[in-house]
Amino acid sequence: MSGSPAPVARLVSVTHRYGGTRALDGVSLDLPAGCMAGCIGPDGVGKSTLLGLIAGARAMQSGTIEVLGGDMADRRHRDAVCPRIAYMPQGLGRNLYATLSVYENVDFFGRLFGHGREEREWRIRELLASTGLAPFTDRAAGKLSGGMKQKLGLCCALIHDPDLLILDEPTTGVDPLSRRQFWQLIARIRARRPGMSVMVATAYMEEAEQFDWLVAMNAGKVLATGNAQALKAQAGSENLEQAFVALLPDERRGEHRALVIPPHQPRDGEMAIEAEELTRRFGDFTAVDRVSFRIARGEIFGFVGSNGCGKTTTMKMLTGLLPPSEGTARLFGRTVAAKDVDTRRRVGYMSQGFSLYSELTVRQNLELHARLFHVPAPEVPVRIDEMLRRFGIAHAADLLPDALPLGMRQRLSLAVAVIHRPEMLILDEPTSGVDPVARDAFWELMIGLSRRDGVTIFISTHFMNEAQRCDRISLMHAGRVLATGEPAALAGARGAATLEDAFISYLEEAEAGVADAAGADLPSASRAGTDAARRATGTFSLRRLASYAHRETLELLRDPIRLAFALLGTALLMVILGYGISMDVENLPYAVLDRDGTPASRDYALNLSGSRYFVEHPPLQDHAELDRRMRTGELSLAVEIPPGFGRDLKRGRGTEIGVWVDGAMPFRGETVAGYFQGMHYNYMAELVGRETGAVSATEAARVEVRYRYNPDVRSINAMVPAVIPILLMLIPAMLTALGVVREKELGSIVNFYVTPVTRIEFLLGKQLPYVVLGMINFFILAALAVTAFGVPHKGSFAALTLAALLYVIVSTGFGLLMSAFAQTQIAALFGTAIATMLPAVQFSGLIHPVSSLEGIAAVFGNFFPTGYFLIVSRGTFSKALGFGDLGYYFWALAAFVPVLTVLSLVFLRKQGR
Amino acid sequence: MNSRRLANVLYLGVKELRSLRRDPLMLFFIVFSFSIAIYSAASVSMELNKAPVAVIDEDRSQLSAAITGALLPPHFKVSMLADMAAADAGMDRGRLTFVLDIPSGFQRDMLAGRQPAIQLNVDATQTSQAFLGASYIQSIVAGEVAHFLDTRSAVAAPEVKLALRMRFNPNLSSKWFSAVMELINNITMLAIILTGAAVIREREHGTIEHLLSMPLSPAQIMAAKVWANGLVVLAAAAVSLNLVVRGLLDVPVAGSVPLFLLGTLLHLFAVTSMGIFLGTVARSMPQLALLVMLVVLPLEVLSGGMTPRESMPEIVRQIMLLAPTTHFVSFAQAILYRGAGLDVVWPQFLAIVAIGGALFAAALARFRRTIADVQT
Repeated sequence: MSGSPAPVARLVSVTHRYGGTRALDGVSLDLPAGCMAGCIGPDGVGKSTLLGLIAGARAMQSGTIEVLGGDMADRRHRDAVCPRIAYMPQGLGRNLYATLSVYENVDFFGRLFGHGREEREWRIRELLASTGLAPFTDRAAGKLSGGMKQKLGLCCALIHDPDLLILDEPTTGVDPLSRRQFWQLIARIRARRPGMSVMVATAYMEEAEQFDWLVAMNAGKVLATGNAQALKAQAGSENLEQAFVALLPDERRGEHRALVIPPHQPRDGEMAIEAEELTRRFGDFTAVDRVSFRIARGEIFGFVGSNGCGKTTTMKMLTGLLPPSEGTARLFGRTVAAKDVDTRRRVGYMSQGFSLYSELTVRQNLELHARLFHVPAPEVPVRIDEMLRRFGIAHAADLLPDALPLGMRQRLSLAVAVIHRPEMLILDEPTSGVDPVARDAFWELMIGLSRRDGVTIFISTHFMNEAQRCDRISLMHAGRVLATGEPAALAGARGAATLEDAFISYLEEAEAGVADAAGADLPSASRAGTDAARRATGTFSLRRLASYAHRETLELLRDPIRLAFALLGTALLMVILGYGISMDVENLPYAVLDRDGTPASRDYALNLSGSRYFVEHPPLQDHAELDRRMRTGELSLAVEIPPGFGRDLKRGRGTEIGVWVDGAMPFRGETVAGYFQGMHYNYMAELVGRETGAVSATEAARVEVRYRYNPDVRSINAMVPAVIPILLMLIPAMLTALGVVREKELGSIVNFYVTPVTRIEFLLGKQLPYVVLGMINFFILAALAVTAFGVPHKGSFAALTLAALLYVIVSTGFGLLMSAFAQTQIAALFGTAIATMLPAVQFSGLIHPVSSLEGIAAVFGNFFPTGYFLIVSRGTFSKALGFGDLGYYFWALAAFVPVLTVLSLVFLRKQGR
Repeated sequence: MNSRRLANVLYLGVKELRSLRRDPLMLFFIVFSFSIAIYSAASVSMELNKAPVAVIDEDRSQLSAAITGALLPPHFKVSMLADMAAADAGMDRGRLTFVLDIPSGFQRDMLAGRQPAIQLNVDATQTSQAFLGASYIQSIVAGEVAHFLDTRSAVAAPEVKLALRMRFNPNLSSKWFSAVMELINNITMLAIILTGAAVIREREHGTIEHLLSMPLSPAQIMAAKVWANGLVVLAAAAVSLNLVVRGLLDVPVAGSVPLFLLGTLLHLFAVTSMGIFLGTVARSMPQLALLVMLVVLPLEVLSGGMTPRESMPEIVRQIMLLAPTTHFVSFAQAILYRGAGLDVVWPQFLAIVAIGGALFAAALARFRRTIADVQT
């Protein structure tokens, strides 16, 4: 670093709020270019917000931010520089796609930045080799350990040779060996690209010592800037951790004092936790391999190792969440069983994934747990207040956990775990992401619990200074315990100066011969890549669109269950609906109340029972019975033949037959009445003819009915062509309905925010694979219709196919619109179901033609695409029509496409808030 | 001990309600599906309404004019056409369902006893309208012919009148039917989606493991989801039945509303259990989304709420006896339209409780196992 070039980023009085809380409060800052800049500070001081704003992932609220020589509030500038910025968000693998392989993940980003195939291949090869990921090229990202995920995230960030690399807590939750390798990697990359600026937020002060320049933050404000030396000098402290504490304002520092740990006094006898040869396998993968340990009451026992080494699985077996494949686990001398509720009441468990309800406020979360553990009712508010105070979250009591920074969320999880004063605490990485001050405060609490109240604490951690505070620790790696003992003894046994060095030495021993995890050295000079930055910008790029489409396709293929549902499911629904919906009203149950009992009345009744429409039920005795049996729904029709019917008929006197029809289902009632009247008049005409020989009105002139398009009057011939449009609306819309909102909920939407992909590329890229899937569905359904259902296709198949294509574009677009609009998956799911099912089934002409609809139903019917495709489908299937006859409907379908796309674009935001 | 269990179920359920309150769009969709959706579904008329008929009158006689004049709104929407070519085009495009062709010399031939024929072309792809309308038109023609003959020569025939009464819905108003059936469909769909998605969300966010590590049994966790989500749907249904169906749409209810709501409660036990079961089958929200479609659509279409059960194939009818919706539709029609009491509908109530119990047990059996299986 020579001279001082223009800053890579300049912030002037930047303020950012989430609801009522200020995450950043008038921050002004010049970020030096070409060096490694670190951002340190407790959680919740605005580090992540700051980084997100600089990366352009969050929309600015007030102040100005200039990055790489331009204003980040200006969209054109953002578009222009975003290919030169790489951003790795907080959280392990948050921006990765869990079902895609290591290679595919990096490849996706390469495509997004417009690298050609050859260029991508050598870049990926080089990146994977240098990060030591090369042996795991084909492993799914979701199955990597924490350290490997972070390395992969780095590969994804580095593929386009950024000028500014922004890393938000990249090593949190990573084992010390991987952490060391990670920083070595960064150093090598910087050596190769000296002009690159790096901005890192970190919770590890010992890491920050190595950075060129630091900004210390607290409560949304900058405390101090300068290199580590300067900060230490300013505070008059020996190390950065102490310096930071010293820099804090008095009221924060007041809580802090040096931690004193009284020695553990072993009580005689009882063991709190005993594990013997615990083993757990997932398929052919052994997550935990013959792990044994014994923990005495009141002891603080640490489990030290990286994410993914089996700590969490072991803890889950101890809590009864997972049954062990082999071995036994005992708590308080009792074998752990899933059903043992009493033991669980004595245990507090804090799982790694912040097991909080994001929909409940901090206070509501505490209250829920207090009540579930049956803290006596009057004591609940007292305990909640105590926890809020003790864990320093009182000011956030009525906020939602998602509005809190990582560290505060974890403090809340811990508060939730101890609110019922358990005898044992099982804590899975309770302090990762928590700042030093809060961490010490938390340890003070734990020490109090252990030494004063005799609470046993089983804690997993990847902080070596925390491991040092435990009475005993186990070093764990790849499912196995490498060593167990007192921290000092373990370090001594290896002759290492620090526990961290000792652990690294154990790790290296364990990994020796497995693979050279440190990876090959980078080639000294980089191959000349084309200038990705220049090429990647631009308003519309087919290549970026294709890269999203490619990734979406891969994810679809990786989920065979969903794929099978989508393909076989529609076929199954077609069979069910095709055979199930029948407008043929038959087998109508009826009964006769014959109060005449003469041959004439019996003849009349006989005429009814001969009909194929009616099924006779036992005769009725009286009106009360008639009423009762109709009320139960047993009878659709009841006929009363009056006394004297035969006599009156013979004398030519008028008489009256009483008929009751069940009108509960109106269309069936109407049909029943129609059938019955027809039969009655025919019978009477026949009777007249039999006795007088006269010609009745029905015979004077005939009505010849020609059933066109479906001469056999098969219900299926009418139904099947109408079911295809319904299914091609419901299923494709459902497939895309979660596309965007799922990325929002799970976090990978950040990739969309910070890469040069535009909204239209993103949307169309997500839509394309489902349009293809929808068309496959269409061909399956059409083939089923012709073969299995025997419905002939008489018209132009090309016309039907083109209409289907337009229609599938519309239905997938409809799902995407819902997805862009909704904030939660459940709302998108229900919204899509309700918004497609009702109009498609009721208002599109399946049973009632759209032209006969009225009022609001007619509005829905005319502004919903299904009705138009239904006419094309029936037209080509049954009426032998082609393009010429149906032109209007093609235009109508096509008109939906731009409308839906524009609406989706309006709702989709290119930046987070 | 028992009161503790109940308290657990209570608090967990309150938690469910609080989560739902955080999702304004979801609340909007719930309100929509129980108001506008039902209102619009009710405006679909199932009887013959504005059926498009074209008449080609080549006879231009007194009788042909009488026949044309008898095709009255609201049943029919009549247009006059010159020839069959124009009629073909109209039928091809689905604009005409019926074309009535009265040949020239029709009246003359009839009076001469030559029994002439009128041709009625029916678009048989318009299922319900086609069959209903064809029989209507036939009887209208027969009526006009009889009337015409009557006025000319009196033919004595014994008069046997039909006293036709429609029970439970005297005017065969289809909104009575459509409104209630849409209500029923939305009850089922919402209950399944709410609970299924609640389970998947807890799995995706890892909170379900946390619950299982506490002194709670899977049965309690499930029971909480059942009561909380069931309550939301029940409340929505009750409000909708009173304000939208009875109020806005003015549909009379023959039987006891509390009895119907009691039955709805039992039905909700069954379908929320089914939702949880689906939540244990699907491994992610996208899978659940498709699964819901595959399950809900047949449940609705084949329950007897859309087309009569008698018209379905025997095998479908038997299988659908295992579906809660079949019994729900059956008792809803009995109570709301026919005024049936508990003495009539108890078999359906019993069947729903049995189905619900089986679904709950099946979900319970899968619950702990499937959740433990997910390796994060």
